[in-house]
Amino acid sequence: MSSRTAGGLPPPLPSPVRRGRAGWGRAALPALPALVLLFAFFLFPVVRMLGFSIEDGSLDWYAKALGEELYLRVFWNTFEIALLVTVICLLVGYPLGFLIATTTPGWATLGFIFVLLPLWTSVLVRTYAWMVLLGRNGVFNRWLIEAGVIADPIPMLNNFTGVLIGMVHVLLPYMVLPVYGAVRRLDPALVAAAEGLGASSWSIFWRIYLPLTLPGIFAGATIVFVLSLGFFITPALLGGGKVMMLAVLIEQQIHQTLNWPFAAALSAVLLALTLGVYSLAQAFTRQEARP
Amino acid sequence: MKPNGNRRLLVALCTLIYVFLMLPLVVVFPISLSSAPYMQFPPPGLSTQWYERYLDDPQWIDATVRSLYVGGATAVLALLLGVPLAFSLARGRYAGRIAVDRLALAPLIVPVIILSVGLYGLFAKLKLIGEWYGLVVAHTVLALPFVVLVMMAGLRDFDRALEQAAEGLGASRLQTLFRVTLPLLRPSLVSAGLLAFISSFDELVVALFLAGPNMTLPKKMFDNILMEIDPTIAAVSVMQIVLVSIVLVLIGRFGRGLQGSAR
Repeated sequence: MSSRTAGGLPPPLPSPVRRGRAGWGRAALPALPALVLLFAFFLFPVVRMLGFSIEDGSLDWYAKALGEELYLRVFWNTFEIALLVTVICLLVGYPLGFLIATTTPGWATLGFIFVLLPLWTSVLVRTYAWMVLLGRNGVFNRWLIEAGVIADPIPMLNNFTGVLIGMVHVLLPYMVLPVYGAVRRLDPALVAAAEGLGASSWSIFWRIYLPLTLPGIFAGATIVFVLSLGFFITPALLGGGKVMMLAVLIEQQIHQTLNWPFAAALSAVLLALTLGVYSLAQAFTRQEARP
Repeated sequence: MKPNGNRRLLVALCTLIYVFLMLPLVVVFPISLSSAPYMQFPPPGLSTQWYERYLDDPQWIDATVRSLYVGGATAVLALLLGVPLAFSLARGRYAGRIAVDRLALAPLIVPVIILSVGLYGLFAKLKLIGEWYGLVVAHTVLALPFVVLVMMAGLRDFDRALEQAAEGLGASRLQTLFRVTLPLLRPSLVSAGLLAFISSFDELVVALFLAGPNMTLPKKMFDNILMEIDPTIAAVSVMQIVLVSIVLVLIGRFGRGLQGSAR
């Protein structure tokens, strides 16, 4: 019985010799139900929908998506927001991940809880809270006016600023966790050696921590950028219809314009961008991260 | 690291970042207890009227109950499909294993809007729009990667000598699975199930397309936010935050550590 032999092998190290070709059927069998689900309700519907974009036998819908200035601006907007969100998340998330990774275990647990609590709180709840905080009559504007800092409310909602703040809040944990992991994986002996040799804490950071945690930074930045590209809830609610991102445009094409072929073409481009960026980053990491 | 000026600066900076992270979660508490009929901060007085309004409104209660059982069913289905999948990926060795791995994790990368539109088209044809089990199927696709990731992490750290011992002592493979392997993996199973539940309970984008008039809690909240901002949403938000906190505590207590749950 092939699986019995397989069960007797030492766990993590692969031993291709003894296992050999254990047979496709048995090992893959437990995966089958999940695969059926993924084929029927993930791959098939997505491919079927993308097919609508070339249903009339031409690439006209792609020409429209990539040719008309109105839609090009949406692409550019999406890209610009994703890039800005990634940079801000990096600048804010690195110190946080670094601190959690280098503090005492007790503080680290506490630090983790306050990163994970927002992560698992509904995006909708958080978006609503930002509306309360950033609105014209929101908490921030009221405070600033009462404190005499400003005379008129600053517009922070239904614009670019609001979308940026909301998205950074949602995506920040995705940056903090990989940075934390990268700092933790770093050999503390390196830091101790540098300290012993009299390096200042700045040069320890610039010459040890930063270069050695680059893979973590890269992983975090990739995931934040890729998730930003397809973001829907935050731009839909905090953008107030003034900040158009790709996902919002696709939703409008389905629910308001009922233009399926065009929505499909836009989806195809969004998917290509997402998978393209992701695979590029993966290939790059594989090359760079080899120890 | 020795405490020094730079370290203090870092701590100060991170305190500010934590304020940014927690502020939206904290702010809904006072608003939910406001006595003002509209959004006002700080609240002029305290009252529980928004909680009462939520509890007295059958629409809110219906939406909450529906979200609870959709989430529960999603967790069960995602575990039933995802645990064997994780076993096969972690222990199997077959052609196409990498492709299966990619496919199982793809729902994390592919924008949800694309899956939603695709399923909307398919389900409209199958007359599944507005059916709760249609939503469960879609949410299971989205929850599967969480289950697979958590279970594979659990299986990586699993000491297979324990299984060998059981089998050496005469246990059948099935006995070994149910009396040794799965009980030892319980922390991972708890984390995976709870994460699947929460991911469905909070899910909005798919629900916007597939839920129809039978609303889930996030869809009901979305519609209310678009129409008017009254503090009922704050009361609902508080309850959601409390629920998520309870789930995180459960994961921390019975699950596979907070870090395992993060990825």
